[in-house]
Amino acid sequence: MSIGTPPPLAIVESGIPNAAARRRGAKTIRIRGSRPGIWAYATLGVVFLSAVFPLYWSFVIGSGDSTTLRGDFPWIPGGNFISNAISVMTNPAVNFWPALWNSIYSSFIIAAAVVITSTLAGWAFAKLRFLGGPALLVFVVATMAVPQQLGVVPLYILFADLGWTGEIGAIIIPALTSAFGVFWMTQYLQQAVPDELIEAARVDGASMIRTFWTVGVTAARPAAAMLFLFTFVGAWNNFFWPFIVLDRQNPTLPVALSLLQSNYFVDYSVVLAGVVLATIPLLLLFIFAGKQLVSGIMAGAVKG
Amino acid sequence: MRPPRVISFSQKLSKWDLKFSPYLYISPFFLMFAVVGLFPIAYTAVISFMDWDLVRNSGEFVGFDQYIWILTQPHFWTALRNTFSIFVLSSVPQLILAIFIAAVLDRNIRAKTFWRMAVLVPYVVAPVAVGLIFNAMFADKSGLINSWLEVIGISEIPWHVEPFWSHVAIATMVNYRWVGYNALILLAAMQAVNRDYYEAATVDGAGPIRQFFSITMPSLKPTLIFVIITSTIGGLQIFDEPRVFDQFGRGGAGQQWLTITLYLYDIGWGQWNFGRAAAMAWILFIIILGIGLINLLVTRTVVRDEGMRSELGKRQQKRAARAAKKQVKESQR
Repeated sequence: MSIGTPPPLAIVESGIPNAAARRRGAKTIRIRGSRPGIWAYATLGVVFLSAVFPLYWSFVIGSGDSTTLRGDFPWIPGGNFISNAISVMTNPAVNFWPALWNSIYSSFIIAAAVVITSTLAGWAFAKLRFLGGPALLVFVVATMAVPQQLGVVPLYILFADLGWTGEIGAIIIPALTSAFGVFWMTQYLQQAVPDELIEAARVDGASMIRTFWTVGVTAARPAAAMLFLFTFVGAWNNFFWPFIVLDRQNPTLPVALSLLQSNYFVDYSVVLAGVVLATIPLLLLFIFAGKQLVSGIMAGAVKG
Repeated sequence: MRPPRVISFSQKLSKWDLKFSPYLYISPFFLMFAVVGLFPIAYTAVISFMDWDLVRNSGEFVGFDQYIWILTQPHFWTALRNTFSIFVLSSVPQLILAIFIAAVLDRNIRAKTFWRMAVLVPYVVAPVAVGLIFNAMFADKSGLINSWLEVIGISEIPWHVEPFWSHVAIATMVNYRWVGYNALILLAAMQAVNRDYYEAATVDGAGPIRQFFSITMPSLKPTLIFVIITSTIGGLQIFDEPRVFDQFGRGGAGQQWLTITLYLYDIGWGQWNFGRAAAMAWILFIIILGIGLINLLVTRTVVRDEGMRSELGKRQQKRAARAAKKQVKESQR
């Protein structure tokens, strides 16, 4: 096509005058794939700093003494972090070590159980046809909008009857299943496993459970890993229900943290040292699994 | 040809297997879910119509008395106002910031994974920890924020005294934790947009801002609705951050930052009145449903999705873009 020929029909239709298109195009056909300028990195730098600054600051205050908060903000950590950390760990009102252990093992059990129940149910909803299946799935998804507060009163009564208030089991049992988890696994398995594969396994004489085990579980692994991570983080950070049902003798970390502050005179250097101590385990987890968390959020969103 | 056979035991077994296995697989979930999920929801409704006796562990039917009691409490209306105020102050800036950050991350930046991980750091920090950190930063007497304000010549702000400023402080905690998370969700939606549209729009002479509002935003609509609904559900339940905003955890001396859930906790486990707490829970649920529905309707009307939605339009735009580029190349020769 030379310059003199009429423009293709499409351009006329979309209203671009030939000359204008040429003029603009010649100078700046900017495709969005090009590298952005310095301002983009500057923006991200600011976002990054505001994400990590509060954590750094709590470490700085947590390594100072009780007067640090009141003075000018020191940019460099002081030398008292160890002693503050020790006073958190040895504070009888806080029960730091039991809290840490409770948080670790309850989050672990909860995440593992959610993965198992969700994978089983998700497999059935995604790949097996059964009467009432679609309706049940819609129902499960709908319950995701129900606030946690709607169940706490009867749950408390139930666990009080069982004599389980103050026991870590009272926070594990209600969390063993997750409607979100079922939804997540169903979504994933639906598109990760071709129906032909299941048919082939059935034709070969595999029982349902064997099909689930060899085809389903194998395919579900990446999604299960992400579900485990999200459930673990969620269980670790949960506060409302543990705060209601646990007592001071046997808390989880967030409950223990909230107890650090419940005096008339608050020593923020100790409180924030406690915050740093309680945050370190999850920051470590994040360093190892942050990539998966990111891709999990991004994968969940496309379908959500 | 084989002679017809009697159905063997293993075949029968296989039939049952096919029929009942699905129910077997969903049963662990549903059994647990029924006991600790569904039963409590239904039972909360029952308790909310009762004057619950903690000692006898049973209740006397009182009709709507508990609901009426709550709706006539001044504290309830204060809590409702505070919850809405904190919700608006957190969700609106959160959404705008998240979209903005997502748009930057959507550019072809270097070290993508690093930046994506960086914005997600606050998500792993427990809300209680975030609350404690920001509570110290927002300390009224020479807290970090106030001393910074002093540097730029603004007098100290009474973060723990004035309702509005306490809401700003608490909303900041919520925003801190959730902006990055929502940015990544929106980023995922942005990356799903066909890049040809932008090319075509560029050829059409649309600038980046015009492109953002005419292409990016309409494509984000389903994800925006998702983000808005989830942040509504979460935002109206806020408890952790206001609970640790001071050492007493009761929403401030004058209920400046008492929220609905804080109030529910106080009725249930401060005053030990389960009937009223249950009624409060149902009121909260109805509020969440109502606001969620309004949000859904507003979002659907405000974010337009005309223009690029028709298949013909897409094709035309693509063809136009290709043709224009070709023409430009030729003309440069």
